[in-house]
Amino acid sequence: MQFGIFSVGDVTMDPTTGVTPSERERIKAMVTIALKAEEVGLDVFATGEHHNPPFVPSSPTTMLGYIAARTERLILSTATTLITTNDPVKIAEDYAMLQHLADGRVDLMMGRGNTGPVYPWFGQDIRMGIPLAIENYALLHELWRKDVVDWEGRFRTPLQGFTSTPRPLDGVPPFVWHGSIRSPEIAEQAAYYGDGFFANNIFWPKEHFIRLISLYRERFAHYGHGTPEQAYVGLGGQVFMRKNSQDAVNEFRPYFDNAPVYGHGPALEDFMEQTPLTVGSPQQVIDRTLTFRESFGDYQRQLFLMDHAGLPLKTVLEQMDMLGEIVPVLRKEFAARRAPGVAEAPTHAALVEKAQLAEVQS
Amino acid sequence: MRLVVVSAGLTQPSSTRLLADRLATAVEARADVDVRVIELRDLAVDIANHLVTGFPSPVLGDAVRAVEEADGLITATPIFTASYSGLFKSFFDLIDFEALTGKPVLIAATGGTARHSLALEHALRPMFAYLHAVVVPTAVYAASEDWASGELSERVDRAAGELADLMLRTPAQHKEEELIPFEEQLAALRKKP
Repeated sequence: MQFGIFSVGDVTMDPTTGVTPSERERIKAMVTIALKAEEVGLDVFATGEHHNPPFVPSSPTTMLGYIAARTERLILSTATTLITTNDPVKIAEDYAMLQHLADGRVDLMMGRGNTGPVYPWFGQDIRMGIPLAIENYALLHELWRKDVVDWEGRFRTPLQGFTSTPRPLDGVPPFVWHGSIRSPEIAEQAAYYGDGFFANNIFWPKEHFIRLISLYRERFAHYGHGTPEQAYVGLGGQVFMRKNSQDAVNEFRPYFDNAPVYGHGPALEDFMEQTPLTVGSPQQVIDRTLTFRESFGDYQRQLFLMDHAGLPLKTVLEQMDMLGEIVPVLRKEFAARRAPGVAEAPTHAALVEKAQLAEVQS
Repeated sequence: MRLVVVSAGLTQPSSTRLLADRLATAVEARADVDVRVIELRDLAVDIANHLVTGFPSPVLGDAVRAVEEADGLITATPIFTASYSGLFKSFFDLIDFEALTGKPVLIAATGGTARHSLALEHALRPMFAYLHAVVVPTAVYAASEDWASGELSERVDRAAGELADLMLRTPAQHKEEELIPFEEQLAALRKKP
């Protein structure tokens, strides 16, 4: 099982000091956090993609390429890549390039994006979000798997005799997760291709995501990719830890109360009860995280949201040290509970092996 | 059949609730219904929280589901500033915009003077028309002075009769969420628009 962090990349004022980092400080902080992820033994760093303030990561491959050069083991991913408003040809090129530079330590998470104006800024229409996600990904999928592509669709200039370069490393495209908060269509899409499905699992009650993940698992089997238990499931999570749980609550509360997404709404205690947010001792975080398996089945990837709501870098790095201490426990406990036959978390090496095996068999 | 009463009265006891109860009793006399009353006052903070977080608390989620699954609705609001109360509107903002399609709805309101009665026709009726609900022709408005008038009872009976008729004639269709297989989604895009 893989553990990691995902970052939205928001520039938010620290509500306890009134200090807002500059864009440069925030970008450098994201890199420091990614390097820290490798240092404390995590497996994955994923960055968001946004095209409006107060978010900085508009150019994920630039950032991930830089991090790739400064890390050895860390898998670099996105959360999410906008499959609706990016040109699928450019995604194919950019991420294949990153894959070569990072020696295969790359995967992607596709998302539609829910910021209305971003669509027209990139020449698209938010009402066509699902069709865009379906068509663009179908093209991306083909570009990574066919050397020469002839293609015509509804949303993009046709292609005749087009070869996306560089070709994927070892002939194996990056693994793709499809992220969705609401739409069964996206769970269906992930199942169709045998790709992974990632449930953000942060802002909504778990019952909602249980429905989507069950659908994905069932359809994954329907399309012949394996049993429902062999499907690739990733989950988000959100934690804040201190040795004593009351210290964690006291320190996190002002950040929670003023957070851009849910601040000025429900009380921290209610939100903890209704969503997977856990604020408390490391043991509480371990216990809560292990319950995800009971709700969603054995899964392959757990990403935590750590740097948000204006938390200062120093605090985030302390949080990551603590995460580094609990992840070995989580690995052990998850492994002990794991049913036999569950898929391993996808890595480039595993995908290469699988491709070679398929070639030998055919 | 399930009759759900949504009352946006703010005081306790509230004349809006009183009107809603009278309407519900009059419907019960005409049709075999299970009545469930949703007092929005009890859900006020949950409604605001849902607007902020995007998901309902368990108790609000239950109320929203009850409205969506009802065979008929009685909705009652005080008239504030020439329209339904903000709480009333905020609650209906949380209902799926297709969930009331074809659903029989009786609209009712209360106010300090009869001068605000047409707010029912100019605010509530268009809102439910947008939601594709079937609103009964008689809307019931009760100003303070109406509580001494027999005409209010006549109006209550007429409106309740209309709602009961509609509910008996048009049992609610409960729509299951359908999954479109991926090949069909893809094929739909292959066809030129």
